[in-house]
Amino acid sequence: MKFLLQRLVFYVFTAWAALTINFFIPRMIPGDPVTSLINKFQGQMSTDAINSLYVLFGLDKNASLWSQYVDYWGQVFRGDLGLSFTFFPTPVAEILRQSLPWTIALVGITTFASFMIGTSLGVLAGWRRGSVMDGLLPVTTFLSSIPYFWLGLLAITLLAGPDSFFPSSGGYEPGLVPSWNAEFIGSAVQHSLLPAITILISSVSGWILTMRNMMVTVASEDYITVAHAKGLPERRVMVSYAARNALLPNVSGFALSLGFIVGGTLLVEIVFSYPGIGYNLFQAVGAKDYPLMQGVFLVITLSVLVANLLADVAYLLLDPRTRKEG
Amino acid sequence: MKAPVLEIKNFHVDYGLGDEAVQAVRDVTLTLHRGEVLGLAGESGSGKSTLAYGVTRLLPPPGVISGGSVVYHPASGDPYDVMALTDAELRAFRWAETSIVFQGAMNSLNPVHKVSTQMLDVIKAHEPQLSPQARIARAQEMLKLVGISADRMDAYPHQLSGGMRQRVMIGMALVLEPQVVIMDEPTTALDVVMQRQILAQLVELRERLGFSVLFITHDLSLLVEFSDRIAIMYGGRIVEEARSKDLYTDSLHPYSEGLLKSFPALRGERRELSGIPGSPPDLRGMPTGCSFHPRCPQAFDRCSTEIPVLGIPSARNDPHRSVACWLPGRTA
Repeated sequence: MKFLLQRLVFYVFTAWAALTINFFIPRMIPGDPVTSLINKFQGQMSTDAINSLYVLFGLDKNASLWSQYVDYWGQVFRGDLGLSFTFFPTPVAEILRQSLPWTIALVGITTFASFMIGTSLGVLAGWRRGSVMDGLLPVTTFLSSIPYFWLGLLAITLLAGPDSFFPSSGGYEPGLVPSWNAEFIGSAVQHSLLPAITILISSVSGWILTMRNMMVTVASEDYITVAHAKGLPERRVMVSYAARNALLPNVSGFALSLGFIVGGTLLVEIVFSYPGIGYNLFQAVGAKDYPLMQGVFLVITLSVLVANLLADVAYLLLDPRTRKEG
Repeated sequence: MKAPVLEIKNFHVDYGLGDEAVQAVRDVTLTLHRGEVLGLAGESGSGKSTLAYGVTRLLPPPGVISGGSVVYHPASGDPYDVMALTDAELRAFRWAETSIVFQGAMNSLNPVHKVSTQMLDVIKAHEPQLSPQARIARAQEMLKLVGISADRMDAYPHQLSGGMRQRVMIGMALVLEPQVVIMDEPTTALDVVMQRQILAQLVELRERLGFSVLFITHDLSLLVEFSDRIAIMYGGRIVEEARSKDLYTDSLHPYSEGLLKSFPALRGERRELSGIPGSPPDLRGMPTGCSFHPRCPQAFDRCSTEIPVLGIPSARNDPHRSVACWLPGRTA
């Protein structure tokens, strides 16, 4: 419990540091977002409008840096992340609220599936060394070295097209209105298949490799020999003695990849024009949309921190040696 | 002579296959009798642990059993060859009939499972008809026998000291009341005080439960005191076998003599400690003839050409002893 509290304090500190950096970076970048917005409207704005924009973006020149900083924190806690330029005048929070479920559904589910499939295959490959499963390793290594945007482009070229079952872009049929009905969900699943398979193919091999290698290491431990000598069923030795212990390093890897769900899929979402948060970031960068970028970074930062916290908790549950006495 | 419980006959173990194979155990014939402690001593690399792993078919690859049989005599029923058991039969045989206490007390317990989990799963695997309460009661009783209090059942291995862990392992080895317990250097990682305590306890438990022990160690002084009979291994072969007392006072093989001279006696007159010159043989290129001859102070021509056969020494006429040596009065 004490350990968990210590970690929590650490994460709160990290979150504070990250958000503070998030506050300062846009203010240190030469040029300012309002100028780029003015450019976008090609000078058809009055001075008053410009001034009110500065206030609106929290770039009020009359306010001191400190009071801006205090205001910024107030806004963060209210969930007010400013207005987006690209989708002016939609609030950034609203855009994120719309795109986040897409990313979490697509990448979250595939990351989880990839971890489960890869780990199970890795367990088998490591346990029966030299078997057919083990022979697949070079293939998976090859697949893991393919960058997934390229795999995505390949998939679009080969599989998607006007007559194909697989749509080449978007998150759902353009005519549909997002709602919880069979037609919309079906369409969403259909659109997510190709990106999901792409992510799965390129990420599953990493899990297979690490799990297989850990299994090989653990299989030579004395307690595995003891478990065999005890006459336990093969399955129990494999799952409860070998895989259980080999899993530990993979858990932290999994937590890290959970953190990267939000940020790491930028390329997939760009390739498939998927309406997720990575695609937002791409649009924001293109349009110098600082509030949106800040918002996306905020989400990425927080998700990495939460994922790490989850990893700590999982580790506590899985490995008794990390639990401190008293 | 007592009834045999485990008969190892012409046992061979190789590491690797074909021409590259290294012969780690060669033509070992050894009988463990009911209720006795049989010591197996030898230098590192003499094949004693390999023999233990081979007998229980636990050899990790590339270890291969290339010949021989291990006949086990169950408490009731006909004797059978352990080498001929199917996988399922072998699983049922392990631990319930022959359990093992391994060298690394520190690593023999799985660090992520509680002691209770690791003790209960073996009872569950072998006696599934037992109720959970009965299983727990059995495990607690066994731990009490080896001097671990019942509340330590819920401890994780890292919360126990090295000595406690080895006690837990011994308790676990006895939990199904097997007839044979193989101990592979069980006390090597412990300090001498703990070593003594655990061995004393083992002797006590053996009297109570009546199992036989195959005790493997490089510490001959320990065996002299603690075992009924001793077999000495060198280069994968048994070179001498005798009752402990006989071996200590009247060893016949120059290698046994060398081993005995390399530790001081507690009582009796002082004597020179000599040790054995040279180093253990390379298993990939064994010397011709008797594998000990390059290091043997008494070697003569015949030793380098012919392999001596293990047999009753001609000068002693004692059916309980055997030796493999060409010196006069040894191998007949």
